[in-house]
Amino acid sequence: MAECGASGSGSSGDSLDKSITLPPDEIFRNLENAKRFAIDIGGSLTKLAYYSTVQHKVAKVRSFDHSGKDAEQDHEPPYEISVQEEVTARLHFVKFENTYIEACLDFIKDHLVNTETKVIQATGGGAYKFKDLIEEKLQLKVDKEDVMTCLIKGCNFVLKNIPHEAFVYQKDADPEFRFQTNHPNIFPYLLVNIGSGVSIVKVETEDRFEWIGGSSIGGGTFWGLGALLTKTKKFDELLHLASKGQHTNVDMLVQDIYGGAHQTLGLSGNLIASSFGKSATADKEFSKEDMAKSLLHMISNDIGQLACLYARLHCLDRVYFGGFFIRGHPVTMRTITYSINFFSKGEVQALFLRHEGYLGAIGAFLKGAEQDNPNQYSWGENYAGSSGLMSSSPELCPTQRARSGTFDLLEMDRLERPLVSLPLLLDPPSYVPDTVDLTDDALARKYWLTCFEEALDGVVKRAVASQPGSVDAAERAEKFRQKYWNKLQTLRHQPFAYGTLTVRSLLDTREHCLNEFNFPDPYSKVKQKDNGVALKCFQRVVHSLDALGWEERQLALVKGLLAGNVFDWGAKAVSEVLESDPQFGFEEAKKKLQERPWLVDSYSKWLQRLKGPPHKCALIFADNSGVDVILGVFPFVRELLSRGTEVILACNSGPALNDVTHSEALLVAERVAAMDAVVCSALREERLLLVQTGSSSPCLDLSRLDKGLAVLVRERGADLVVIEGMGRAVHTNYHAALRCESLKLAVLKNSWLAERLGGRLFSVIFKYEVPAE
Amino acid sequence: MGAGRFEAPMERHGRAAATSTSSAEELAPGAPNGRRREPLRRRANSASAPTVGASASASASVSASAERVRRNRPGSYSGATSVSRQRVESLRKKRPLFPWFGLDIGGTLVKLVYFEPKDITTEEEEEEVESLKSIRKYLTSNVAYGSTGIRDVHLELKDLTLCGRKGNLHFIRFPTHDMPAFIQMGRDKNFSSLHTVFCATGGGAYKFEQDFLTIGDLQLCKLDELDCLIKGILYIDSVGFNGRSQCYYFENPADSEKCQKLPFDLKNPYPLLLVNIGSGVSILAVYSKDNYKRVTGTSLGGGTFFGLCCLLTGCTTFEEALEMASRGDSTKVDKLVRDIYGGDYERFGLPGWAVASSFGNMMSKEKREAVSKEDLARATLITITNNIGSIARMCALNENINQVVFVGNFLRINTIAMRLLAYALDYWSKGQLKALFSEHEGYFGAVGALLELLKIP
Repeated sequence: MAECGASGSGSSGDSLDKSITLPPDEIFRNLENAKRFAIDIGGSLTKLAYYSTVQHKVAKVRSFDHSGKDAEQDHEPPYEISVQEEVTARLHFVKFENTYIEACLDFIKDHLVNTETKVIQATGGGAYKFKDLIEEKLQLKVDKEDVMTCLIKGCNFVLKNIPHEAFVYQKDADPEFRFQTNHPNIFPYLLVNIGSGVSIVKVETEDRFEWIGGSSIGGGTFWGLGALLTKTKKFDELLHLASKGQHTNVDMLVQDIYGGAHQTLGLSGNLIASSFGKSATADKEFSKEDMAKSLLHMISNDIGQLACLYARLHCLDRVYFGGFFIRGHPVTMRTITYSINFFSKGEVQALFLRHEGYLGAIGAFLKGAEQDNPNQYSWGENYAGSSGLMSSSPELCPTQRARSGTFDLLEMDRLERPLVSLPLLLDPPSYVPDTVDLTDDALARKYWLTCFEEALDGVVKRAVASQPGSVDAAERAEKFRQKYWNKLQTLRHQPFAYGTLTVRSLLDTREHCLNEFNFPDPYSKVKQKDNGVALKCFQRVVHSLDALGWEERQLALVKGLLAGNVFDWGAKAVSEVLESDPQFGFEEAKKKLQERPWLVDSYSKWLQRLKGPPHKCALIFADNSGVDVILGVFPFVRELLSRGTEVILACNSGPALNDVTHSEALLVAERVAAMDAVVCSALREERLLLVQTGSSSPCLDLSRLDKGLAVLVRERGADLVVIEGMGRAVHTNYHAALRCESLKLAVLKNSWLAERLGGRLFSVIFKYEVPAE
Repeated sequence: MGAGRFEAPMERHGRAAATSTSSAEELAPGAPNGRRREPLRRRANSASAPTVGASASASASVSASAERVRRNRPGSYSGATSVSRQRVESLRKKRPLFPWFGLDIGGTLVKLVYFEPKDITTEEEEEEVESLKSIRKYLTSNVAYGSTGIRDVHLELKDLTLCGRKGNLHFIRFPTHDMPAFIQMGRDKNFSSLHTVFCATGGGAYKFEQDFLTIGDLQLCKLDELDCLIKGILYIDSVGFNGRSQCYYFENPADSEKCQKLPFDLKNPYPLLLVNIGSGVSILAVYSKDNYKRVTGTSLGGGTFFGLCCLLTGCTTFEEALEMASRGDSTKVDKLVRDIYGGDYERFGLPGWAVASSFGNMMSKEKREAVSKEDLARATLITITNNIGSIARMCALNENINQVVFVGNFLRINTIAMRLLAYALDYWSKGQLKALFSEHEGYFGAVGALLELLKIP
């Protein structure tokens, strides 16, 4: 007799299927290095988590071990590159149907090399049932963890670490999924877990949460009562029945009571006055579909109503729904969303999670890994290794579902450094890095997907060429092609698979796939050569700049920045030029630029500003290697330094296309300093600081930046942010609002995008913004 | 959130227990919560519904023709003078003509209250037209009407004074699906000749309005059901129950041995959370006689209990469903906290006996095969009742009200549900909330309609 509902799950009487063979290449990757396990066994699905290490080849750069003088010889590259093995940490999650548990455990046993592991954290209603089996198969001691604690730990983890984790679901909208930008502070929130019963938990901090209520009318009621009413045994089949039914045949509606008068009374006739109210008769048969639908409405409405009542009582407006009743089923997300809208009059939003099914497993893993402090790190979803949302949705892919053995994967990389929001963002909760939402914009989506497909050959070629000594480079590159191609095809059909689809996510997915097949830095040699060439021109460029009058010089510096930005191997139009004309240089690039007035041109305002007092400190996000950073950015930096402005030069932590990495930038700066007194003294006096962004993306997410950078920005009181390049200033951050002055500049090296913005190829964006007082 | 394309929220206050949302395809929700209303009176009779006052005067103006009919009736001794004397007397005292009815036509049941005047003088009796007399005799001398109509004799209120007349108040109910037969009877008994005013509330007042007019030649005076409900409750509580208390509560509701039904003096009724459980459920927050709002409602009500019982057990009457429930064991059907955690779930302070998942055991085939119809009926009753208790408790917390009165016909002869509500409210609120019940549980709407007829504030 209670309204409580603990989560737990139904025993569905699974029979173990031992005959299946698993595709080991696809699932249980990196098992040989697995260090720690956790398992979450629900009523029908098992989620296995393990922590493993991944050996990656990385390109490291270092300066030659000799004194500066002889390095100036023409044939010498400016620094040397070595490929090293690096070990990174990765979390693997595998979700499969309970019928495969035994087969999976056998597989793990056979492939587990590391034997140091002694325990496995287990959670979920089925943990008890399979305890003996797990202990026998894996020779690991099963450590049972509290279901709800795991769930909440998992929920906090994904909300903090996975951008676009939460979404609202709108049945008839396009896209149906609307992803939410991560709020910098995820607390407090309400978690409504709909397992066999419903638990409503208020989460206030990382470690503080409170069960505030629940209901016994949950997934188990739908399943149990549904099975009695329809003689249909399986949960998914019941949902399928429900999706075909007409509840109005079973429910008593307002119009059934009021007749036609509900209209004149302003009542909505379709409201359900009494669930199953029409079935109170012995002389009528009701269809299974209709009853299932009525049941679904009854339960969803009831849960929605209770969730709203609890949300109001505790003054919370963020309500996340999870549990097997939801599990990505569009039909339940729809009815829950509808109910929440109805009962809260739109004040409360029903939010769902992309990785809802993994929360328990993630939490159990974190419980077991507490001494390693996984929460002090930032983590990133690995697009290459993760199946997207709805990869196994029964509604979306009935055939795939029917074919047994759907495995769903999630992989998360441990990032070396914690990521935080840029302190200079005007309003962190409303910051959206991406300029165009391709989930929303079908036209842009088609264009960009095609664009990435067409560029794929070139990327494959570049990857092979970057590893001339490798025997299997061609083979790996082919695997990369297949993987990325498949991702693109998935995204064509399910643009929402990895959250909001953006140019950034397409670029990042490509980087992840390249890394996956050990092409850590296909452009390392190109960058090395470009940097060498550009360094040679540095002094000449600086001299000619110094020869100009002040006002002329300012324009020349900006033009230099822009011209440098033309050297972008990521842009198809440019890479073709660079491939065909190796002599293409700084001067040629300047000629390509659009004449003033530029497409977006606030240069006059900028010039006016420069006539005023110097900035205290400028934060500059650099883009490409070679001409861009050396002949564009450094002279600009030098001018700022001369004005008395301190400069923080932020470069990517890891490689992406021909973008300059932090370690490359350090070497470049050293070489520049050797030639230039201004840069040299600024480096020595720490008026010029080089920092890493924490990112390995050609784009820039200002809400996920290296903590060290954020600290420095605060310490130095940065009052100017310069963002350069198409990836960082146009694809992302074009609309980003900052609390200080900002300069966003880029050359549009894509004619489609240029046209969209009302310009043409090589149009210039020069956007100088001053925040409103 | 696409809310823009939704229909405007409900503007009317008068509404059925309708609450829950309909199919997501037919997006047509209304706002679930009514606004605070002040004052209460007269709001009901907007638009299509004529006011009581209006219909009373209308009846006077048509009386001339009605009288002609009456005079011509064989067997009527009454001369023109005496009839009009009675009428004039009635009108002078602002008293409507007999018979006095109040009607509440719900989704499942029709509730009819009838005032039987006991102070009829010989003269009056002689003047009383035959049809009126026959109605009186028919209603008061029977306890069952046709195969489905029932007079709840035990609820009869004796020696009541209404509008200066003394008499007894009778409480009659029959299923809404027999409404056509009722209207037909009205036609057969020539109700229209009495040119009485029929005050009716409930959704059926709208649904059957046209039938009353075309078949029975009767004009309904339609009234807001929530207005009627509150008016009825306050009035009935004020007159008591033949010297006993109308309102009561349960002490030790969970203990079959010690459980006691005790009178409760509702001397300080406000604020009050009123939970009306008919086919569906409406929840009202009442702050004063004239100030109340509909807080919310749920579609999981008496109709759901009975409807599901019919599907699950093949029972045919509410009584049968309750009788089965009284013999069943819901713990075979429901998954309890202890079924999952082996005992209490201490982390969350949940007792082992609490239901974790209603019908949760029915996910398993073996357990489905092991339950009886009685078990299923019991589980259905427990599920619906607990849910109502839970929603009521949350509303009470949100509205900051600590006395909750449960009414409606779901509670008729339903001690299991009442004790469960009493226990659940007490347990989960740690004694902060009190569940109250009322002897005339399902009839308040009909009483309210009668009061409107008599214009008793």
